[in-house]
Amino acid sequence: MLEIRNITKVFHRGDINEKLALQNLSLHLAPGEVVTVIGSNGAGKTTLLNALAGVFQIDEGQILIEGREISRQPEHVRASYIGRVFQDPNLGTAASMTIEENLAMALHRGQPLRLRRGTGRSQRELFRERLRPLGLGLENRLTSRVGLLSGGQRQALTVLMATIACPKLLLLDEHTAALDPKTAGVVLDLTTRIIAGGQLTTFMVTHNMEQALTVGTRTIMMHEGQIILDISGPERERLKIPDLLKMFEQASGKSLNTDRLLLAR
Amino acid sequence: MSLNIWTGALEQGLLWGPMILGVYLTFRILNFPDLTVDGSFTLGAAVATRLILSGYDPWSASLAAVLAGAMAGLMTGLLHTQLKIDPLLSGILSMIALYSINLRVMGTANLSLLRVDTILTAIGDLTIHNFAALVLGGAVCLIAVTGLYFFLQTEVGLGVRATGDNPQMIRSLGVNTNITKIIGLALSNALVAVSGSLVGQYQSFADIGMGIGMIVVGLASVIIGEVLVRTPTLIRALLAALIGSVIYRAVIAIVLQLGMPATDLKLLTAAIVTAALAFPVFRGRFRKLPAYRERSG
Repeated sequence: MLEIRNITKVFHRGDINEKLALQNLSLHLAPGEVVTVIGSNGAGKTTLLNALAGVFQIDEGQILIEGREISRQPEHVRASYIGRVFQDPNLGTAASMTIEENLAMALHRGQPLRLRRGTGRSQRELFRERLRPLGLGLENRLTSRVGLLSGGQRQALTVLMATIACPKLLLLDEHTAALDPKTAGVVLDLTTRIIAGGQLTTFMVTHNMEQALTVGTRTIMMHEGQIILDISGPERERLKIPDLLKMFEQASGKSLNTDRLLLAR
Repeated sequence: MSLNIWTGALEQGLLWGPMILGVYLTFRILNFPDLTVDGSFTLGAAVATRLILSGYDPWSASLAAVLAGAMAGLMTGLLHTQLKIDPLLSGILSMIALYSINLRVMGTANLSLLRVDTILTAIGDLTIHNFAALVLGGAVCLIAVTGLYFFLQTEVGLGVRATGDNPQMIRSLGVNTNITKIIGLALSNALVAVSGSLVGQYQSFADIGMGIGMIVVGLASVIIGEVLVRTPTLIRALLAALIGSVIYRAVIAIVLQLGMPATDLKLLTAAIVTAALAFPVFRGRFRKLPAYRERSG
């Protein structure tokens, strides 16, 4: 499904701020595999997601989706088969536009824009059907501006928007981190339901150790632009949070001393 | 206040209306402060006037003016998206380039259309000459508002709106924002050129300086409209821009009648825009005053 071959990215090359953000990193994801990604700040988690999404071009290596090389494609071309949800709920939706209009744009993900009415009656039924399970009452507010919604509602809508057109790959970048614990739980629950329903191949970056072990089937840990830990199956099921922290220390030779990581349990 | 002021304001408000809609499109919807307007307004008048004087049919001349305006917007769009020049600077570069282009089109700094058939005389022949400008301005604004209203709800239109609202989001949905920006800019400047060509034919002349400060006039009208009309929906926002345009012309007519020299108009316009832009700052200061807080709380 997704094949990452020896990718490298250096920011500010030749500068005093030179930073080796991704270091000869390789990874293979099977179709429908859901991977959680953890690591301390600056480990390269977001850089990895951005490299996949095409926010910048990688310096070396290849990225293949379903056997097709995509690492030279610009961001908006890859967007037709990659869904993304960012940490900031404001980034995933257009505030001045209605719920229906936002969903319509998401439904047309990656298709050429036409001079046809963007929202129609037939779509409206689909939107209601997909909004109803969120349990937020948004199905009755299709023509409300998204700016009127709360952060949690917006993030739930963003998750729906990222997945409504069935992307080949879903990238979640700490998408519940900016929400209060209760809303975060609701949005995470919704996310896992949608992923399971669509059998979506997913990358989920998280700071929450519990999420890292309970969501999905595989956990990778990053450090200094490399994958230092990759666990799945029974080994992962037996793993507890303290074990995970210990494994990090062993693998990286450092203690995982990010407050956010330790507190986010 | 005489009825004349209001019919005059209505007439002018409508003839300048497409320009205000164009400014609304770039400033508010596309979030792109486009200064091309000063040049593309004159361009519309210059192209229409030149072609009419060369013997072309006024309708085709006006259509050519609109296309020229779209080209001006395209130029600004290319400067910004392909050469990565800052939005403000891209507009300024186009504006200044258009000054020379306009002079080339006109061949002189001022072209008269006196006793020449224009689309206004054509409309006058069909209706009543005194109402020609009203009928024409009204019809053009009706078409422009309806067209924009429907366009902004098409897939392309949604893309343009989302580009102004949240470019990162719409890129992540696979839309090339360079294209949507160029579409918005071309459409906006086409609308501006519509006004330029209408105004040129309305005043019976095109002048190289007629576009100076147009962007501020456009902003003033947009802001006046937003202050007077609540704009929770797209159609209301578009109509508000037109209402703002008429009110702006009325304010100008009134202060002129009160004896303000016409040469001070641009100063007044700048003051109106400054006051409107500064309004939130002052409101914030007033909120901190205890008396104000008590009343509002």
